[in-house]
Amino acid sequence: MFSRIGAAQKGLYNHAVMWSFFHKLGSPPWLYDIAGSILRWLLPVTIMALLVGAVWGLLFTSPDFRQGNSYRIIYIHVPSAVVALAGYYVMAIAGAVSLIWRMKMADVAMKAAAPIGAALTFIALFTGALWGKPTWGTWWEWDARITSMLILLFLYLGVVALYEAFDNKEAAGRACAILSLVGMVNIPIIYKSVDWWYSLHQPASIKFSGESAIDSSMLYPLLLMIGAFYALFTCCLLMNMRAELVQRESRTAWVRKLVKQDGAH
Amino acid sequence: MHPVRRQRLILVLFLVVFSSVAAGLVTYALRGNINLFFPPAEVAAGGAPVGQSIRVGGMVLEDSVQRSQDSLEVSFTLTDYEAQVPVVYAGILPDLFGEGQGAVAAGKLDENGVLQATEVLAKHDENYMPPEVAEALEKSGYDKKGQAR
Repeated sequence: MFSRIGAAQKGLYNHAVMWSFFHKLGSPPWLYDIAGSILRWLLPVTIMALLVGAVWGLLFTSPDFRQGNSYRIIYIHVPSAVVALAGYYVMAIAGAVSLIWRMKMADVAMKAAAPIGAALTFIALFTGALWGKPTWGTWWEWDARITSMLILLFLYLGVVALYEAFDNKEAAGRACAILSLVGMVNIPIIYKSVDWWYSLHQPASIKFSGESAIDSSMLYPLLLMIGAFYALFTCCLLMNMRAELVQRESRTAWVRKLVKQDGAH
Repeated sequence: MHPVRRQRLILVLFLVVFSSVAAGLVTYALRGNINLFFPPAEVAAGGAPVGQSIRVGGMVLEDSVQRSQDSLEVSFTLTDYEAQVPVVYAGILPDLFGEGQGAVAAGKLDENGVLQATEVLAKHDENYMPPEVAEALEKSGYDKKGQAR
């Protein structure tokens, strides 16, 4: 009789260990703490990488043989565009997880990713316009790449606006998850637009297979900047998530304790 | 997996697949309108409307750029190495416009098949390199992909 209870408890315990990570991920104080300890080292690393990449790319690379110095906008334009696309997948997948498993923290991640993605998309469009004027001769052209990127900006802003439009946060999360999942189709369209259609925007210079069309002396700082922008996105995401967690859980004991601790400092 | 969650998972997958198929059909149906410009071969084949605003894109043919002495008028030929479209334009050309480089001209085709352009844009390609590398490649007579020019 006793042994049977023991076995059942053991089984329960194993089950608990297996799922503890998943469950901890769903625990706001745990996530708040772990995000904080990641940020403590990731934030300085990100700032260093951004500084080194920007100084290397903007000051220590050769000018381009045709564009001269104006090509240097690539060190801001390409990283922000790449991470704007990748960030959309983060938002949409977090939305899917919150839709299927009703995981609150996934909802927090989705909501936190949207404004960061919108900012990155805006930077990509803005720097593209700045580069387009001296290179193409126009600030804006309704070609497939630029138009689909503008749609991405509207999708991100749409998620932000839709979330705020609901009083019921659960309904808001569900609606936003569906919007981001439907909008996911836009990402491969943006990526392949320059290959599928005749566009003003040139095809990708960095190639995953074969030699890149950008000289390696210009490529290395660009790759560093892309890595730095990924890290920057992660930092902003974690910071946004922490802020959102504290706001949502403002009535709970752990947040009160946190505020008290901060007040005591 | 819990049946309710499995049902939601199927719903999510259906949503993604359905919206992808819908977007695919829409972009396939509109493919002619998504293209920013007509290649010269399509203009030569009669695929571009005459007397309507269109864009033609291609490479500026070597030795085809002729500038007027007393005005901003310039004429050049766009080619995709299959067909050619002559272009006439009065205005300031972008800095990166040049022979052997890509360009997109917007305007109307006249009866003689000449594009009366109202705007000319330079189309930049994906190649980025320092001037020394470009010079070295020029000397060797190979382009960046190792193909002889």
